[in-house]
Amino acid sequence: MSGPSLVLVVFVGVLVACGVTLLLERSLTRILLGIILLGNGVNLLILLGGRSGAPPVVGAAPTAEMSDVLPQAMVLTAIVITFGLTAFLLAVSYRSWYLTGDDEVPDDIEDRQVVRLAERNEAPTTDLGGEGSGGDPEQVDPGLARRRDRGAEGPG
Amino acid sequence: MSRLVPLPVVVPLLGAALTLLLAAWPRAQRAVSVTCLAATLAVAVALLVQTYRQGPIVAEVGGWPAPVGIVLVADQLAALMLVVSAAVTLCVLLYSIGQRQWETGTTATPVAIFHPTYLVLTAGVTNAFLAGDLFNLFVGFEILLAASFVLITLGGTETRIRTGSTYVVVNVLSSMTFLTAVGLVYAATGTVNMAQLASRLDALPDGVRLSLQLMLLVAFGVKAAVFPLSAWLPDSYPTAPAPVTAVFAGLLTKVGVYAIIRTETLLFPDGRVAGLLMVVAGLTMLIGILGAVAQSDMKRLFSFTLVSHIGYMIFGVALSTVAGLSGSIFYVVHHITIQTTLFLVAGLVEVRAGSTDLRRIGGLSRVAPLIGVLFFVSAMNLAGIPPFSGFLGKLGLFQAGVAVGGVLPAVLVAAGALTSLLTLYVASRVWNVAFWRAPRLDTREPTVRLPALMVGATVALVVLGLTLTVVAGPIFDVTADAAADLLDRTPYVRAVYPEGTP
Repeated sequence: MSGPSLVLVVFVGVLVACGVTLLLERSLTRILLGIILLGNGVNLLILLGGRSGAPPVVGAAPTAEMSDVLPQAMVLTAIVITFGLTAFLLAVSYRSWYLTGDDEVPDDIEDRQVVRLAERNEAPTTDLGGEGSGGDPEQVDPGLARRRDRGAEGPG
Repeated sequence: MSRLVPLPVVVPLLGAALTLLLAAWPRAQRAVSVTCLAATLAVAVALLVQTYRQGPIVAEVGGWPAPVGIVLVADQLAALMLVVSAAVTLCVLLYSIGQRQWETGTTATPVAIFHPTYLVLTAGVTNAFLAGDLFNLFVGFEILLAASFVLITLGGTETRIRTGSTYVVVNVLSSMTFLTAVGLVYAATGTVNMAQLASRLDALPDGVRLSLQLMLLVAFGVKAAVFPLSAWLPDSYPTAPAPVTAVFAGLLTKVGVYAIIRTETLLFPDGRVAGLLMVVAGLTMLIGILGAVAQSDMKRLFSFTLVSHIGYMIFGVALSTVAGLSGSIFYVVHHITIQTTLFLVAGLVEVRAGSTDLRRIGGLSRVAPLIGVLFFVSAMNLAGIPPFSGFLGKLGLFQAGVAVGGVLPAVLVAAGALTSLLTLYVASRVWNVAFWRAPRLDTREPTVRLPALMVGATVALVVLGLTLTVVAGPIFDVTADAAADLLDRTPYVRAVYPEGTP
């Protein structure tokens, strides 16, 4: 019937803080580690919400001294979900590394287009047919670049 | 009647298992998925009729009584959302079957996992609508998110992996926020059952309650793509296959909006964040639509209009009057249908013209008049031209805003009108460039014959959108009734606890 121990509370804080810091990184592997830490921190936090005490087995202790089972049930579900998401993210970062040789999360396409236009001091227009992007290693969709080049050189 | 309530979750899940087993027989797989979603639609309609007549229906899962066990609650709001989402998912499924048939031989995307994942997504959405406790709502969100992760990275191409990773990380983060909020709610009140929370949260100190409310709002705001939290959406949606983008745009953000409506009315009815919600709603509308003005690709453009029009729904929630909520619910129904239709039309344009980039296509109204008609009707509907349902929804919200009075609602009504005009501008720009200038296609093949099933499914959704206009009166009756029940809170609580809240 006591409150949560301070050690556990501090531990949750440290886990979440580390998780958030890692989430701010660019590399998917670090983001993944961040999500694992954050997920574990949050799962522990749920556990803190319930009463601690004797094992919740009928006959083992008086009902009033038993720990709260509901957070334990919830935390089991949450652990499974975190596990599944971690596995998926791991697969995504592996796939990203396999396809491109790194697992960095890039800026979005539109951002980069705006930056490029700003560098060349051009205004975006709807009929900008032949915007050369073939020499741009950052171009995400190679199909798009190819189509664009075709547009720039005329048909055929 | 309560036996019907779990079916919208169970049927698609069983279907998912079955389609996974039938992976080697595409024809059987298709038949199973279509049957499952049609059955879900039928059950949803039955639930809507029943809830309209008799009030909320509750099912206790596994026979465990409410505070300990999980309850599924179908009230009018949930049933209405179920009907619309089931109808839309069915149409999109038919469309995707049509697209698969067309794509056969041209691409090597793994078809086998599409149907199971799609059905799991549907089960997640319906579970979120029916959830009677916060933790089950979280589980519903996770089911639909996990399925959406698979769908958005379908095929595992470089583009989809890169945009998909942003989507995955942002949504996992919002889920963590949600889970933290659930944990703290349990720590503060000792329950996660929403009907029980309704009374227990009222007893909490103001500061605690406000922080719980804000945490939940942040979590749902990310999913609903409300302005400061919306940047992930236009970047990750357009790269997915057309039917996937369509169903994401139509449903997933609306599940977030539904969760906001549910928590703001049932759990935190005092309207302490109404001002904040209104400011956020206005910014969502304006910044979203300004983003759309700047775009030159149809899919990206529609993603921005999607973000923008979420603002209308949040505006209705912020008003927290019967008229405001009713308008908001009607707008959700309208927007699910229309936004899905627009993305399906964009998919048709891609098939016919080889691209959705406005810089590369033109004159489609001459080349493909049917696509032109489909686009025109839904775009005008989105922009809110009378007599379409978009106009009726906006009118309902504006009337509710004016009825509340005050400076902020008036500003919001003005922002809404401006957004509507800018949407019209965006829609007519797409029309002028893609449909009206000299024909210009981005494909080598002279004529691509559009698969009948794709066109048929799109036509069905356009017709559904038009039906919303015709039967707007009865639908407004249902939404007004649902809104009154939501604000009253007692019908929901009494349905879960007939003998009083423990």
